[in-house]
Amino acid sequence: MDWEVIRFSFFNLDSLAETYPLLLRGWWMTIKLCVAVVPLGFALGAAVAVLHSFKWRWLNWLLIVLVDFFRSIPPLVLLIYTVYGLPLLGLDVPAFGAVLVAFTINSAAYYGEIVRAGIESIPAGQMEAARSTGLSRLQAMTNVVLPQAVRNVAPDLTSNTLELIKATSIASVVALPELLRMGRIAQGLVYNATPLIAAAVIYLLMLWPLVRLLSRLERRVLAAR
Amino acid sequence: MDAFADQFFNLEVMAKYLPDVVGGLWVTLALALGVIVSGVALGLALACLRAFQWRPVNGLIVLFVDLFRALPPLVLLIVGYFGLPYAGIQLSGFTISWLCLSFVLAAFAEEIFWAGITSVHKGQWEAARSTGLSFPETLIYVVIPQAVRMTIPPLTNRTIAITKNTALASVVAVQEMLTVAQTSLAYAANTSPLTLAAIGYLLVFFPLVVLSRWVETRFAWKR
Repeated sequence: MDWEVIRFSFFNLDSLAETYPLLLRGWWMTIKLCVAVVPLGFALGAAVAVLHSFKWRWLNWLLIVLVDFFRSIPPLVLLIYTVYGLPLLGLDVPAFGAVLVAFTINSAAYYGEIVRAGIESIPAGQMEAARSTGLSRLQAMTNVVLPQAVRNVAPDLTSNTLELIKATSIASVVALPELLRMGRIAQGLVYNATPLIAAAVIYLLMLWPLVRLLSRLERRVLAAR
Repeated sequence: MDAFADQFFNLEVMAKYLPDVVGGLWVTLALALGVIVSGVALGLALACLRAFQWRPVNGLIVLFVDLFRALPPLVLLIVGYFGLPYAGIQLSGFTISWLCLSFVLAAFAEEIFWAGITSVHKGQWEAARSTGLSFPETLIYVVIPQAVRMTIPPLTNRTIAITKNTALASVVAVQEMLTVAQTSLAYAANTSPLTLAAIGYLLVFFPLVVLSRWVETRFAWKR
């Protein structure tokens, strides 16, 4: 293996100097996407979980089928639907909006399952005690049960958020100019792989701390069992 | 509503492209099966290796796991397919997809198996060793069988999530179901072939997701 070729093609500082503004712009788009989609997905997921906790039988069947449906479809398929399908219907949705819709729905299915498990881990006595103080069912849920539920499933929520941030790279396929997409464009400009490696390094810098945090959270859960 | 049906559920278009999409489905299934087998096997092997507690080896395993947990699978695919040729390594899209997704699954599987192994009570190790079993024998015959049972629910969920990523292979020119559907979509100027692919994914993954629900209650952690 020729190390000079490797250095030139993968760790080329001239190429990096030439393309880093593109990469930074891509990184900023990735951040914007994450900042929008994580709260939206979590909120929709929590809403689904709360609805599920009211135990209306037919609604619960519907919710479970919907959640499983969206857990069965690869996010990329959903993304192509919203990005290419909606305009064909005559709906004028900007790419960012279409991507947002797809990721919100997809992640809500996963967040919903996690929050539901959290709610089910809280003893019924909590709900009963809260209700006996005069809180309505919804108030008791959002003020008493939900906060405890979310704390119980914090590791799973963190893990899902990590997966969601990673998944935003899929938006590059539908030409949203986020980090990976900009890396590909920059690669085409300098004819070597340095921008791709740089994009990968940026993902690592963003996500490695989260992976470490997750390992520790998971270990603590395990130790508590 | 008619426009909607024509755009997404056009039976004529569907019938025309059905054979192509089914052809793509087989490629998807082959890739998925390959990823599951090699990913889970590699993950289990790494977790067993980690049990021996050799410092440098453990460091490398943790590095491998962290790397493949932190990097998005699509980034790995793109670097492998569009980056490696600059180093003179040219692999087919199928091989790249298989390798990358296997490594990602192996990283997650290692973490899950390792958590299972460490959760087996210390007394089990000591009792097995005191009967004269060697360390590897104890690991294989006593600890792993107990550990695997606990790992089944998280492993099932993770395997499904990663196997769905076979759709990403469409980005590196693998003729799997989504690629075929997208090509057909472009030819037909109609979204119905994509609906076919979505139905294909539902046929494969919906039963698995339902199964994972059952597995979760059946093999739940004993609290």
